[in-house]
Amino acid sequence: MQHKITIDPITRLEGHGKIEIFLDEKGNVERAFLVVPELRGFEIFVKGKPAEDMPIITARICGVCPTAHHMASTKALDDLYKVQPPSPAKKLREMLYNMFMLEDHALHVYILGGPDFIVGPKAKKAERNVLGVIQKVGLEVGKKVISVRREIRELMTLLAGKVIHPAWGVPGGVTRGIKKEEVVNFIKVAEKGVEFALFTLKVFKDIVLSNKEYVDLILSDAYTHRTYYMGLVDENKKLNFYDGKIRVVDPEGKEYALFDVRNYREYIAEHVENWTYIKFPFLKKVGWKGFVDGKDSGIYSVAPLARLNACEGISTPRAQEAYEEFYKTLGGKPVHHTLANHWARVVEMIYAAERFLELAKDPEITSDNIRNIPTETPTVGIGVVEAPRGTLIHHYETDERGYITKANLIVATQNNSARISMSIDKAAKSLIKEGKYDEGILNMVEMAFRAYDPCHACGTHSLPGNIPVLINIRNKNGEIIKTIKNFE
Amino acid sequence: MAEKSKVAFYWCASCGGCEEAMVDLAEDILQVVEKAEFVLWPVAMDFKREDVENLKDEEILVTFINGAVRTSEQEEMVRLLRKKSKILIAFGACAYTGGVPGLANCYSREEILNFYYKSGDTVFNPEDKKPTPHFIEGNFAFEIPEFYGRVYAVDQVVDVDYYIPGCAPTRKVVKNAIDALFSSQLPQKGSILGASSKSLCNECPLNETKPEKIYVKKFKRVDKTQPEPDKCLLIQGYPCLGPVTRGGCEALCVKANYPCTGCFGPLDDVKDYGAKAVSFLASIIDSNDEKEIEKIIDEGLSNPLAIVYRYSLPKSLIFDTKIKKNGG
Amino acid sequence: MNNNNNKFEPKILGIFCNWCTYLAADLAGVSRMDYPANIRIVRTMCSGRVDPQFIFWGFKNGADGILIGGCHPGDCHYIEGNYKTLRRYLLLKRVLKEIGINEKRLRLEWISASEGEKLQRVVREFTEEIRSLGPITEDRAFKLNLIEHKK
Repeated sequence: MQHKITIDPITRLEGHGKIEIFLDEKGNVERAFLVVPELRGFEIFVKGKPAEDMPIITARICGVCPTAHHMASTKALDDLYKVQPPSPAKKLREMLYNMFMLEDHALHVYILGGPDFIVGPKAKKAERNVLGVIQKVGLEVGKKVISVRREIRELMTLLAGKVIHPAWGVPGGVTRGIKKEEVVNFIKVAEKGVEFALFTLKVFKDIVLSNKEYVDLILSDAYTHRTYYMGLVDENKKLNFYDGKIRVVDPEGKEYALFDVRNYREYIAEHVENWTYIKFPFLKKVGWKGFVDGKDSGIYSVAPLARLNACEGISTPRAQEAYEEFYKTLGGKPVHHTLANHWARVVEMIYAAERFLELAKDPEITSDNIRNIPTETPTVGIGVVEAPRGTLIHHYETDERGYITKANLIVATQNNSARISMSIDKAAKSLIKEGKYDEGILNMVEMAFRAYDPCHACGTHSLPGNIPVLINIRNKNGEIIKTIKNFE
Repeated sequence: MAEKSKVAFYWCASCGGCEEAMVDLAEDILQVVEKAEFVLWPVAMDFKREDVENLKDEEILVTFINGAVRTSEQEEMVRLLRKKSKILIAFGACAYTGGVPGLANCYSREEILNFYYKSGDTVFNPEDKKPTPHFIEGNFAFEIPEFYGRVYAVDQVVDVDYYIPGCAPTRKVVKNAIDALFSSQLPQKGSILGASSKSLCNECPLNETKPEKIYVKKFKRVDKTQPEPDKCLLIQGYPCLGPVTRGGCEALCVKANYPCTGCFGPLDDVKDYGAKAVSFLASIIDSNDEKEIEKIIDEGLSNPLAIVYRYSLPKSLIFDTKIKKNGG
Repeated sequence: MNNNNNKFEPKILGIFCNWCTYLAADLAGVSRMDYPANIRIVRTMCSGRVDPQFIFWGFKNGADGILIGGCHPGDCHYIEGNYKTLRRYLLLKRVLKEIGINEKRLRLEWISASEGEKLQRVVREFTEEIRSLGPITEDRAFKLNLIEHKK
């Protein structure tokens, strides 16, 4: 008898994700699928539009990470017009970008993914939320999270127009710099940010790493996939969010590729399925071998864990310490445990804050020299940044007047879609046996999701930190024979 | 209000910026929670469709909907929420006028699907698969929603009581709107909440530098020019849409030296924002000679659609039509 | 709407300035210069009163073609109204093209009060041109956006 199980986590991956699990005759899992039911068609409708409007238009792909799209787009414009921004403009952009990474990661650590660990995976649903986090770490900390985040977002608004959809990036620079009298505030908030990030690491260590049960969970097989990893690195192969080359390491941690984003089409291709609107990027030369991990399968992963695996260290001191400790504790590079993403995210917070402070104190940051005006005729431009959720590529082609003739985007969350599917599949197979299913699957599935922090208007702003999940188990005729849910 | 009112917050084809806008209320959200009980907020609360279905008609006091409508699932949810809510509010540019995703209305469903799953630069699809509603493969049967041929604003699907403008609405606007809703006297149906009734220029810090009459000989594009700070962007020649755009955003983009792109939508009594923007931009062109006008347009406004209709194409008078059964 | 599928009769909307083109239409009438009955004329005080919203409204509400008639350059009763019209018309055509409506469906002509013959010629020409383009519902914008056309 064949069952179909539908898990409907009412939260979004490019809309609203659904998981379908099919059981075979014996009631074991035959296959699990991640279904994404939405698409908006940006690459098509930007045709014929002025290229300089792309940073404004593409920001609307995602209101959670608009700064990532705005910046990838702006960098694609630099490349399109073959213009390098002056040094102060580069620094301003990188500073804004690190501010954004810091506040976005903070949101995830405390409000979305964090509750799983900070409050505890076995805690009652009603407590597994930001309020539970506040109870555990104290109200003062809760207030600190809200206020640090608000202060950073206010400064981002000041500098880049709006925090939800900036209006700032132009080819060869930015439209607004920092005035001398404003920089004090940036430094002050950056110092708070560093302190806050280090404090967050302490919270994570106290609560998560001192608890064997949690550590076992991180190390458990259900959450382990040996895939390739991708991330941006600077000229010393150190971690960088804003600029650099794309580095890919294989499941053993050996460098598989180090390439300029202009050549991304030689390395990345997208696989299509009939049952979902999301596409599955994979390493073109390795090939699509289905939803399996290992060196022979082209599936790769992005986001915090992948970035740490793909780089050879971090250029700021406190983050480097945290990075070394991370690998020492988890048994060397690379780490294949999906849940280690949470820890990696905290390490990245420290780097983002330290880098923010370095740049805020840089004497060039208040310079008026914020733009090189392009003179070249535009043809093709490709830009990349590391969005909080992974490598993000914007590729435009234009006519000689700078009107878009073609656009192609590789969106961060998509890069992880195959690996998320595998996590779901593995969790399902380990928990559903011979027609018996355990309520624990809800939790497992939620945690697999959250570790990747799927974006696209996702649950980043999930206040209780609880993704409601509903599983319908259906018989062949589609009639529901049992429902499991994680909420009252 | 003594008793807590039921409130719902739902998203359709949106980017999540409107959810962030709610969260950006930060400390102020607590005041909302004092007055309201959320019965539905997918990112934040327990939710399932049946819960909403089990409510009495009009049991929810206020439902905020953000995002445009593009799939069968979104349409069903919006209709259901309309039935269960006393007041339904279109929150943000997409819900109000279709938003940036509305620019897709110039392209067919087939063109979009074809690029995504077939002809796109990085697509590798030798078996020619494409997402298929009611897809069946051997034992597996899948349900994905129907992807409609066009984008609809919320009031093209159901009756809307109020609108909150902005892409995304700013903290101040959201707060003003909520205050208006909880005040003793409800605003007139169809009102725009939280924003100004005057054009953006009225609150723009550069307004003092704007002369009485503006004439533009050359429209500039930011690709190869840099806006000067502290000087009205229009007189510099940038197609800043401040004069035809509703104020209330505090001119944030202009403060970052970036021309207004019109996300707060039209002023009262304007039905079609884009048409108004065409009217305004054309009227400031400083020429009476056909050839010269053409040249000025070519250089600075060659493809004006995304400038004038960036947030409101589905509500252009031409496209303004009620949704057909099943979205077409 | 004609129910005869073989023969498409275009509907033309004329928006004419009170001081010139409208009088030219009058003149054509009293001089027995016949022009196609496809055109319905609306009078405005100046072609400068023609808001682009009127054009969209017209196309949405059954017009297959819209003809704006104004005073010759230099002759505007209100000094500058017709120049504003010219600029709006040129920019609006670009928008129509991008939206997916054949920009030939919109036409601007300078026709003075004494030019009855010109009016007759323009209306005939324009009607034939629109006839050859077919109904506006064939245009991309209408097809893609499932717009019902009021007949």
